Amino acid sequence: MFGAPVQRREDPRLVTGNGRYLDDLGQDALAAAFVRSPYAHARILDIDVTDAIEIPGVIAIYTYEDLDAKTAERLPLLIPHPDLTNPMTGYCLAREVVKHVGEAVVMVVATDRYVAEDACERVKVDYEQLPVVVGLEKSRAAEVLVHAEAPGNVAAHMVQEVGDAAAAIATAPHRLSLSLQIERSASMPMEGRGVYARWDGDEQSIRLYSSTQTSTGVRAAVAAKLGMPLAKVECIAPDVGGGFGVKIVHPWPEEVLIPWAARRLDAEVKWVEDRREHFISSAHERAQLQDVEVGFDDAGRVLGLSVKFWHDNGAYTPYGIITPIITSTQLLGPYKPGAYRCEFFSMYTTTVMVTPYRGAGRPQGVFAMERTMDAIADYLGLDRTDVRSANFIQVEDMPYDHGLLFQDGRPLIYDSGDFPASLAKLKALVGWDDFAAYRTQAEAQGRRVGLGIGCYVEGTGVGPYEGGHIQIETTGRVNVSTGLTSQGQGHQTVFAQIVADELGVPIDDVFVTTGDTRRFGYAVGTFASRAAVMSGNAIALAARNVREKALRIAGEALEVDPGDLEIVEGIVRVKGDSESSIALATVAVLSNPLRYAFDESAKAATQFVGSGNTDLSKPPVAEGEEPGLEGKDFYSPPRATFANGMHAAIVETDPQTAEITILRYCVVHDCGRMINPMIVEGQVHGGVAQGVGGALYERMVYDDAGQLLNASFMDFLMPYASEVPHIETDHLETPSPLNPLGIKGAGEAGCIPVSAVIAGAIEDAEGFPITSMPISPDELWDLRRQHAEGLIPDLRRGSRSVATTTRTTQTTPIA
Amino acid sequence: MSQTTRTNAEPLVEITLRVNGVMRTAAAPARRLLSDFLRHELRLTGTHVGCEHGVCGACTVLVDGMPMRSCLMFAVTAQDHEITTVEGLAPAVEGTGNGTGTYTMSPVQQAFIECHGLQCGFCTPGFLTTITAYLQENPEPTETEAREAISGNLCRCTGYQNIVKSVLRAAEINRERGASA
Amino acid sequence: MKPSTFVHHAPGSVDEALAVLAEFGHDAKVLAGGQSLIPILNMRLAAPGHLVDINRIDGLDTIEVTADAVHIGALVRHAQLERHVGAFTHLPLLRQALLNVAHPVIRNRGTTVGSIAHADPSGEMPAVLALTSGYVDVASSRGTRTVAAGDFFLGPLESALAEDEMATGASFGRFPAGTGTAFAESTRRHGDYALAGVATAVTVTDGLITSARASFVSVTPMPDVLDLSDVLAGSAPEDGDWAKAAELAREHVDPDTDIHASAAYRRMLVGVLTARVLAEAASSATVSDATNANATRA
Repeated sequence: MFGAPVQRREDPRLVTGNGRYLDDLGQDALAAAFVRSPYAHARILDIDVTDAIEIPGVIAIYTYEDLDAKTAERLPLLIPHPDLTNPMTGYCLAREVVKHVGEAVVMVVATDRYVAEDACERVKVDYEQLPVVVGLEKSRAAEVLVHAEAPGNVAAHMVQEVGDAAAAIATAPHRLSLSLQIERSASMPMEGRGVYARWDGDEQSIRLYSSTQTSTGVRAAVAAKLGMPLAKVECIAPDVGGGFGVKIVHPWPEEVLIPWAARRLDAEVKWVEDRREHFISSAHERAQLQDVEVGFDDAGRVLGLSVKFWHDNGAYTPYGIITPIITSTQLLGPYKPGAYRCEFFSMYTTTVMVTPYRGAGRPQGVFAMERTMDAIADYLGLDRTDVRSANFIQVEDMPYDHGLLFQDGRPLIYDSGDFPASLAKLKALVGWDDFAAYRTQAEAQGRRVGLGIGCYVEGTGVGPYEGGHIQIETTGRVNVSTGLTSQGQGHQTVFAQIVADELGVPIDDVFVTTGDTRRFGYAVGTFASRAAVMSGNAIALAARNVREKALRIAGEALEVDPGDLEIVEGIVRVKGDSESSIALATVAVLSNPLRYAFDESAKAATQFVGSGNTDLSKPPVAEGEEPGLEGKDFYSPPRATFANGMHAAIVETDPQTAEITILRYCVVHDCGRMINPMIVEGQVHGGVAQGVGGALYERMVYDDAGQLLNASFMDFLMPYASEVPHIETDHLETPSPLNPLGIKGAGEAGCIPVSAVIAGAIEDAEGFPITSMPISPDELWDLRRQHAEGLIPDLRRGSRSVATTTRTTQTTPIA
Repeated sequence: MSQTTRTNAEPLVEITLRVNGVMRTAAAPARRLLSDFLRHELRLTGTHVGCEHGVCGACTVLVDGMPMRSCLMFAVTAQDHEITTVEGLAPAVEGTGNGTGTYTMSPVQQAFIECHGLQCGFCTPGFLTTITAYLQENPEPTETEAREAISGNLCRCTGYQNIVKSVLRAAEINRERGASA
Repeated sequence: MKPSTFVHHAPGSVDEALAVLAEFGHDAKVLAGGQSLIPILNMRLAAPGHLVDINRIDGLDTIEVTADAVHIGALVRHAQLERHVGAFTHLPLLRQALLNVAHPVIRNRGTTVGSIAHADPSGEMPAVLALTSGYVDVASSRGTRTVAAGDFFLGPLESALAEDEMATGASFGRFPAGTGTAFAESTRRHGDYALAGVATAVTVTDGLITSARASFVSVTPMPDVLDLSDVLAGSAPEDGDWAKAAELAREHVDPDTDIHASAAYRRMLVGVLTARVLAEAASSATVSDATNANATRA
């Protein structure tokens, strides 16, 4: 099963409309809606709910004044860091000030969402507008402070350094500087956030459903905020319609307020956000301004690299500075610069907060590095893949220690990867060496085409841990649970594949539960491409524990050495003698000495029946043993395991309209051993589509007043199938030496280098540098104008004009 | 404080529609969107809501066999029409959820499973209804046509590659099933 | 995003609908396809107290092709008109434009008359109404009237319909024999609102162009018609001075800048698209309009 493209166990349920997403639950619950700030920065002077409370069907209306105990305190800072000197989180309902359009001010609970929205409209809030801070330039200038506690609008300032980059650059044979920019996008899952809470007055307990990437995280945070024992709070992630990072943030104000209201009203309460709410009150990511200085030699080897960037973290920092830390570390990619310095400022603006979105800072880092590599190649007149190759960490260098700390607080050490082999595959796939000839042909037809490339490394499978629990029932059914969550990654299939292999049972007998604190209470969550690595390994280890126990019990029953036994299709049998066998289901019966036989099969475990060779001098359950056929284990890695990939694209730009078409998109990825290649490829496809969106279509547009101008799908342009090219893939497997299964994560791979690749391809087509992404046809058209007016320099390898071709690079002969 | 007269509770309309071949009646306010009526009044939660402004297509159902956005219709307007939701695409469904039941699949549903055409599954019902209607009109699409046919529905998970494959595979299954009928 | 409450009227006839409008027109909207109206209601950008749902009215879904025109009722869905063989045969511009209206699923429900009444400057069908010298059938309890395209659109999202009036149909004029038409628009994504669009009709008589006219999408506050005949008349259909015509088109339009594109870019697009569709229309004009079988996407 491991390595097989098994069809997904989730699918029959989902394609027949039998999914259970958050809003499918709690059909009789009360509905919550929120009055959200219409201003980017304002003081709240007064809130008047008298008109709203009169509407029939309105149950309650709450403001900050109603919050008590810990719910009235700020939301937690999830990931503190010594360099995050001026962190700030919000309140569940705004207290005196609002710091971005969309911040929750008033909660209305009503009989249904329509009525709740009616009431929200009638709530009158008096605001005194304050000056706003939008964009990194304004934030840096700091004429207005977002938070008085953060001078200069700086939340964090961090420097990581290995060697003396400044000296290396100064003494290098060649030097370049680049100024780069990436703009905001967002995860934008098709299902928004939702929370559904049931208060049980008899048990004084809460059952909470949330469309979250971390049910254990939400549970702990909610218990803390509501002052309840952990044992009295359960959290379940139902089917979740996509996460991509935005749903790892917790607790959202709503995740606290909905159970709080449920307890207060002794009722079931549900909140399901609408699309506009998602735009203005969840989280965004990607905006950075970057300055790069690089010193290099004649072969393009980077002797010193110094990067300084400003990261827009929006109004609050509950997720700490994980994203910019990932930028600063993953920027290095598959390369080993002589000396490296990375400095960043994480800046406040009066906009929606910024927390990880698939890639989580890697796309920005890769953008900086890959633009730099292209710039070096152009400067020296070298092939862009030759320059990259000159800088690669080689296989013999592994494990390679960069001397930096990664986002898990552990050393940034690449464990494995064969970058030259990945590059060779990519060049073959896209036809790198044939491109010059292709371009000549295209130009003869008056067409403008370009080729771009991007390489990245992805630290996956970060800790602290995940766990797996396996239980074999007396029917032969195998229950598997792990605490992290699922949002479409096929966990119910891939984890079943692992267990089917480890235990030797039919995959149809294996049932996987994820994200339910009732079933597995210790977990971290699904993010950072970690689920397969973490839970996959934990489940494998748990399965091995169960298998060992099953073979021991079966060995006793069959009177053979466990070492002579194998399990095939759920039957334990002596190797080479299928006559001597016992069903795993029966082993499960025997594993639990019974007084009461609850069904026919259970009789075998009762005290007067049995195999006749029971050692009556020993207790039925031996010391250190537990009844039942269960196994639990945890996997906690010393550090992340590094996947890698390389993408290439051929784009065409229209000489008149500057419309950009991706003609080919090629991916080579290496995520170690793949549990289910079909699922891995699906992850890559989805990531590439988000990358294409982020390169050519998606941008959050804030105006100077801090209003999000495109807070709908009409104006925030996510790609349809028509905008996403056919994706060609090839792969490599360099197994991870760090975990028993040899696997690496693959969840974010697709989206990481796309902006870099597309920028490189457009630049190659146009003949002038592209330093800011995303790019629209209008923007490219305007850059052409600037270039024609001499405001933007040519690439050294030549400019392209519509009618003529003046190129100085050599065309390689067609193979 | 401004004054306001207490409004009456909203009047309800009794709405009857044929959904997946069965006459269904429920009372709801006139402003109830068809998407919400199907999901909440009728408890057919297979149709999903992604945007409520007609762009994402997750809410697409068949109205008299033609795909339409249920978030852009009022239930009261849909009366006297035949609605088909994702729950009505397969000939018959047995069993319960969570993988313990057995399901019979329509060709389009079967194709999605074979081709890994879904990941989180949230957008999927909208694609399934759209593609089911499309293949009835265009039983033998080319890959380009298949891609165009699905270019009115958003998916954030799959990158569309396998959905295009699913359309083509569904057309094939239709032919196979037709051949063996 | 749920709409505010409204009183729902479901008249069974045009007269009933007009009676409702007579009484509540100042606070009412007519609901036909709803593909433009319902998003607005869902976002609470409008909250009419009354909705006049005309979907029950019989007889409003007819398409009639006469010697002079294609006439459609208020409940003709875009998809229905798009597929209508007679309409396509005698006025191919309809399908050429309709293929660019949103997505097929939206076209299954949205109505062409509704689109015209909505008077969105980004609407394709208002531009087509203008280019075909069409008119709108308007009714109220006070009587009926027809309003020519040139008088119907008063501004962005503003039509000549009075509060108590409803559009019951529209008529698109057919072109003389020997006319070829073409439509093209540029969008950011498939099915999006056009950054710029151009519809054109070129008439060729005895091997020479005698008339060329264009109307625009998204780049004029209201649809209007630009007569390019002076520049192009007398040329052979392969030899028109498309560049000059494009320049006139660029000068004629008045685009805005928004988050998707600048005014300058849209103006440039108008030039590129105009040249392209004029050439296309001219070349198809040499084939008689009865055999004009190519309806292509922009």
